[in-house]
Amino acid sequence: MVSIKELSKEEYLLKGHIACAGCGPAISLRLLFKALGNKVILVVPACCSSVIPGPYPFTSFAVPVQNMLFEATGATASGVVAALRQRDIKDVTVVGWAGDGGTFDIGIQALSGAAERETDFIYICYDNEAYGNTGVQRSGATPYGAWTTTTPTGKKERKKDIAFIMAAHRIPYIATACPSYPIDFIEKIRKAKEIKGTKFIHILAPCPTGWRYDTSKTVEMGRLAVRTGVWTLFEIEHGKFKLNPPSSRLIDRAKRKPVKEYLTLQGRFRKLTEVDIEKTQKWVDEDWERYRKLASNQ
Amino acid sequence: MSSSAKTRKEKPITTLSSPTVGVDKTGFWRTFRPEVDGSKCTRCTLCWIYCPDGAITREEDDSPKIDYDYCKGCGICANECPVKAITMVREGE
Ligand SMILES: Cc1ncc(C[n+]2csc(CCOP(=O)(O)OP(=O)(O)O)c2C)c(N)n1
Ligand code: SF4
Ligand code: SF4
Ligand SMILES: [Mg+2]
Repeated sequence: MVSIKELSKEEYLLKGHIACAGCGPAISLRLLFKALGNKVILVVPACCSSVIPGPYPFTSFAVPVQNMLFEATGATASGVVAALRQRDIKDVTVVGWAGDGGTFDIGIQALSGAAERETDFIYICYDNEAYGNTGVQRSGATPYGAWTTTTPTGKKERKKDIAFIMAAHRIPYIATACPSYPIDFIEKIRKAKEIKGTKFIHILAPCPTGWRYDTSKTVEMGRLAVRTGVWTLFEIEHGKFKLNPPSSRLIDRAKRKPVKEYLTLQGRFRKLTEVDIEKTQKWVDEDWERYRKLASNQ
Repeated sequence: MSSSAKTRKEKPITTLSSPTVGVDKTGFWRTFRPEVDGSKCTRCTLCWIYCPDGAITREEDDSPKIDYDYCKGCGICANECPVKAITMVREGE
């Protein structure tokens, strides 16, 4: 296992970028570069990450980036991978870096196509659970009950289970991560780099602007998501499901904190009733029952 | 990709953007300033890894150095420091 001190001091997300203060996706971008260095080409659709580097003709990204249409990350990545192969360039990793809107909603067909073509790249969905860039609208990743500008009384539907949608594509590697657990995060990206084919990593990236909590609590929010079991750290490697620490120690419900502790810290859940909170707890417990069965089958 | 151009006018016409430190002087956004108490700091580097802005650099001995030109004052470092070596102080105080 790598330690934080062994990580490079080199930065490829340069100082002066314009993410909001306390931005979880910005921490995630730094960790991505700590994992892979600068031998990468990023494909970034319209999302906060296409705004964070700042306006043309300057950029805070010190690696090659192909900005792309909101819906086209998977297709563009397939093109970049083909171009690299044509030029016989083997030491560059192609990374699709897209938001939840660009993944769960409009980009899902391009992603599905790339996975079916077995494009050799890492697709990372950094999930801030809303359309952040355009001012916080609901997405297919917004959780039940959450306020957004298009769900003023709280979203009435549940979040899609995107990792398992990708599992149905039978790709060789799927993982979840969270920047609050930087070593787990970096090791998963490094592992994905070594595997041939389409790799999908789903990152819960807390967003103080959309989730309505104090900017200092971003890392704490990710930690609470994991400790309550709302977010689960796992891998599906060649079809094998495995829970990762600390989630692997939380199978017993008594070990998990009540989801209420996570929900009540965020302004976006302010309108949740006790019944809504119980509903969320029940769904989380059902997910965990599924994880327990999957983990014990392997 | 690199270019020494400092303004739009100086840039050759291209769709490429140049990697640049200081696209914005984001230190101006700050309301609260993190201050590190070196006598408490154990040099764990957690504040460095969690900084969204790369505004904390690791010195030779791994102690944190904050670049106030770019620190936005989010307070994550103070919240995460295991020994409470970082305090947030209101700017102008
Ligand atoms: C076809 C199309 N529809 C809408 C938009 C406007 N748009 C740009 S980014 C964005 C939301 C992005 O949300 P997400 O993918 O979750 O990324 P985030 O901004 O949260 O990082 C929208 C709606 C667009 N650029 N293209
Ligand atoms: S809206 Fe959220 S994800 Fe987007 S830059 Fe701001 S904090 Fe980051
Ligand atoms: S988190 Fe605290 S103890 Fe660790 S390096 Fe930063 S200031 Fe020092
Ligand atoms: Mg989003």
